[in-house]
Amino acid sequence: MVRPESIEHNRTQPRPDGAYNPYLGTTPDERAAMLRRIGVDSAEDLFEAIPAAFRSPELRLPPPLSEIDLARELGAIAAMNRPAGSMISFVGGGAYRHYVPSIVPHILGRSEFYTAYTPYQPEISQGTLQAAFEFQSMVCEITGMDVANAGMYDGASAFAEACLMAVTVTGRHRIAILDSVSQAYIDTVRTYAAGRGLPVDIVSTRQAGSLSAAACLALQQPSSLGFFEDVDALGAAAHADGALFVVDVDPISLGLFREPGAYEADIVTASGQSLGNGLNFGGPFAGLFACRERFIRSLPGRIVGRTKDLDGRTGYVLTLQTREQHIRRERATSNICTAQQLLALGVAVYLAAVGANGLRQIAELCYHKAHYAASQIEALSGFRLASDQPFFKEFTVICPRPVKGILEELLAQGIAAGLDAGECVSDGLTIAVTEMNTRTEIDALVQALGATGHSE
Amino acid sequence: MTVTGDRSTAGADQRTTPFSAGPPDLSRDLMGDALTFDRGTPGKQGVLLPALDVPPSELPPEALLRKNLRLPELSQLDTVRYFTALSRLNYSIDTGFYPLGSCTMKYNPKIDEDIARLPGFADLHPLQPEETVQGSLQLFHELQQMLAEITGMHTASLAPMAGAQGELAGVLVIKAWLEASGRTNRTRILVPDAAHGTNPATAAMCGFEVVTIPTAADGDMNMAALEAALDDRLAGMMLTIPNTLGLFDRHIVRIIELVHKSGGLMYGDGANLNAIAGQVKPGALGFDVMHINVHKTLSTPHGGGGPGAGPIAVTAELAPFLPAPYVTFEESKQRYSLTTPERSIGRTGGFHGNAAVLVRAYAYLRTLGAKGLREMSEGAVVNANYVQARLKAAFSLPFDRPCMHEVVFSGSRQRAHGVRTLDIAKRLIDYGFHPPTVYFPLIVDEALMIEPTEAEGMQALDAFCDAMLAIAAEAETDPELVRGAPHTAPLRRLDEAAAARRPVLRWRAGEPAQSNAPA
Repeated sequence: MVRPESIEHNRTQPRPDGAYNPYLGTTPDERAAMLRRIGVDSAEDLFEAIPAAFRSPELRLPPPLSEIDLARELGAIAAMNRPAGSMISFVGGGAYRHYVPSIVPHILGRSEFYTAYTPYQPEISQGTLQAAFEFQSMVCEITGMDVANAGMYDGASAFAEACLMAVTVTGRHRIAILDSVSQAYIDTVRTYAAGRGLPVDIVSTRQAGSLSAAACLALQQPSSLGFFEDVDALGAAAHADGALFVVDVDPISLGLFREPGAYEADIVTASGQSLGNGLNFGGPFAGLFACRERFIRSLPGRIVGRTKDLDGRTGYVLTLQTREQHIRRERATSNICTAQQLLALGVAVYLAAVGANGLRQIAELCYHKAHYAASQIEALSGFRLASDQPFFKEFTVICPRPVKGILEELLAQGIAAGLDAGECVSDGLTIAVTEMNTRTEIDALVQALGATGHSE
Repeated sequence: MTVTGDRSTAGADQRTTPFSAGPPDLSRDLMGDALTFDRGTPGKQGVLLPALDVPPSELPPEALLRKNLRLPELSQLDTVRYFTALSRLNYSIDTGFYPLGSCTMKYNPKIDEDIARLPGFADLHPLQPEETVQGSLQLFHELQQMLAEITGMHTASLAPMAGAQGELAGVLVIKAWLEASGRTNRTRILVPDAAHGTNPATAAMCGFEVVTIPTAADGDMNMAALEAALDDRLAGMMLTIPNTLGLFDRHIVRIIELVHKSGGLMYGDGANLNAIAGQVKPGALGFDVMHINVHKTLSTPHGGGGPGAGPIAVTAELAPFLPAPYVTFEESKQRYSLTTPERSIGRTGGFHGNAAVLVRAYAYLRTLGAKGLREMSEGAVVNANYVQARLKAAFSLPFDRPCMHEVVFSGSRQRAHGVRTLDIAKRLIDYGFHPPTVYFPLIVDEALMIEPTEAEGMQALDAFCDAMLAIAAEAETDPELVRGAPHTAPLRRLDEAAAARRPVLRWRAGEPAQSNAPA
């Protein structure tokens, strides 16, 4: 068990009433009075339904800590990590170091938002509800879609739910995913599809003509390697065969690049992390989920709608709940309950704070910095881009030697150079550049790559 | 009878409600009708960005570029003031007593927020090299062990991002185990009629047939119905402990024995773990897999409906099927790694689960230790029983026996006066309280499900009980007053039917906010 040497000793002084739980609301005297009112002799009597042999088991946990020791100990654990900000980092792969404007955490830190729950009582939850309506509206605007829900767990699970929704809508059972989708996304779809035994086919752009049994063709724009797919052709191929076109987008790219609504996507998902939410070692992130109006009753998750109160004042409520698990139970569109509401709020605050102009500027900064980096790296001997397709902020280069060694060597110099593209592209290094990366950092990366390129 | 402003607070003895304080900085009408899009002024931008410090590159062909993008244009102060005003329309734990049954709305410690925001936890990329995140992996590894210890299981995976996703992962583990052992004929999952809606929804998502088991008159499971449902089609049973009536099923050992004997596995819905953590270990009772809602029992904030996290704990036999990633420790190298269990059901999301939520859960457990954890569950149970004792003379109590962490009343007695449970709930708002969960569980007529949590003091419980008793009296003497509630909230009751009939789900340019008003 955990730290057995310390288990025997408490590392905090108890409260005056003897409690080791600082958050306990009652004292022993109060509990005694309450037990008298209840009509039992001791709290143990309240647990009588539990078979005696199983009651009060030994519980081996680390000792209770005072707030001082907790901060000290957790601070020490945190110090064992190396924050991304302390390195020169070009790591992407679905989570990106974008700037989080100061106002976002300040608004999210208002405990009226973060210590509330699902807005079951709309009269006293308009803050959460109206913010969710803002989020839905903004998601529709940036994606060019008709409707959006109040949020999903993350991009990958939203993508998986989109594939399941396509199965429901079309009545077809096969899910086709383009081979340039990230492995984590493919794995998540496989997990979700396994429940109903739905076959998942990984297709290449060359095969995309055979979709007549597929519920959807699902892809990422840009792909996991960073390059843009020919979405016009792929969407047309999907639609020609009666499959839905499911697209996961980089939401920052939508400040500059065409929105999925403009190229006939049917369901659009995205990770909300880039939009005002920190890296947080992978979560919590929000998932964005938008679709065409006609699929509205098949949407998974929470949806907020506008209505009136008895006095005719505008207000917001959870709506179309007959799709959801707490009403429909085994016939629900999904079992999802929560909407990562707080992170969806972060997305809304972020988009309100930067506005259309700011989002375009951020996208342009990413685009130009990434292309500067790519052109400098391409000029190094032995390095070349893995594709001649356009890209946004992430791209893959083929290196003159195995990527693992390069990554290790650069990390020793304080540079997290990117990600090993793995089996899809041998010797491929996927590099993400955002508005957070300065020219100095990019030049340092280029120089380090140049120096390492041929050393063995 | 009309309800006047004066009478609205008549029973609430001038108590200050969470909404009556503070200056009217923005009127409520203005809030709902004008969204950020309506408040903007062309040319404003809340955050400035750095100038480009590299030579610009050529943009891709026009056809790939966006033609137009519409987002609000606000100053930073506009944005701060708007969202701050919105926050003030919310009820929250920090503003008042929130006895929402089944949701465990306990105090969320501030120190845990501070810790989760340390750059060493918050500014970590999920795909950073493992050697740069050993602290977080050690924390995960210890949390896996602590959750296994509390639940009495072999080990746990922290990957699922919510309780419902934990259920999905847990039932997929059951399915994978059945397939691996050649028991594909087992296609039925038993779910009691008192179960959370997620249970049957999850079983269906996993391709199982759901068979409902009724509850007996004493609040325990109907054992005859259970026995009748057992055959070689049984895959398993999903059971909430304590059950959603707030009762610990006295047949628990027998239920598990019967399910196991029929070849099924026991799934524990851990939504109600706050009642039993440290008091009994579900694994010792024979449960095979369960999820833990860390935002409930382990007090990470609910965030208005997420983020939470839903780790699952399993027996040794099921451990190879756990979702990925799973943290292991290599003794020889003194190194923690993210791994995929041998026969894993796979990933449930893009990265490693809701890491920042798990940091808070870990900090909470380190604060409490074993002693504090037992004090927690005992305190929760005493508080719920106290509310039961104080209210049972005025409200119908369908199961008059000690409850666990929550108590379920029926509003049937008040209904005789034409006052529904919904009315009681809304009237509580006038008294300054968040209503309990209502109309759940479905098997109790006019259900009122009250979960006070251990964090509340006796004074708060007494104030709440006084309000409930006052409302019970009002239901007899002045039912109109109760039926018209709330009177003091930012809005009166909302027309949910209209919202569903003509859905308006987004802002649209030039469309007035009144667009779905009844024609």
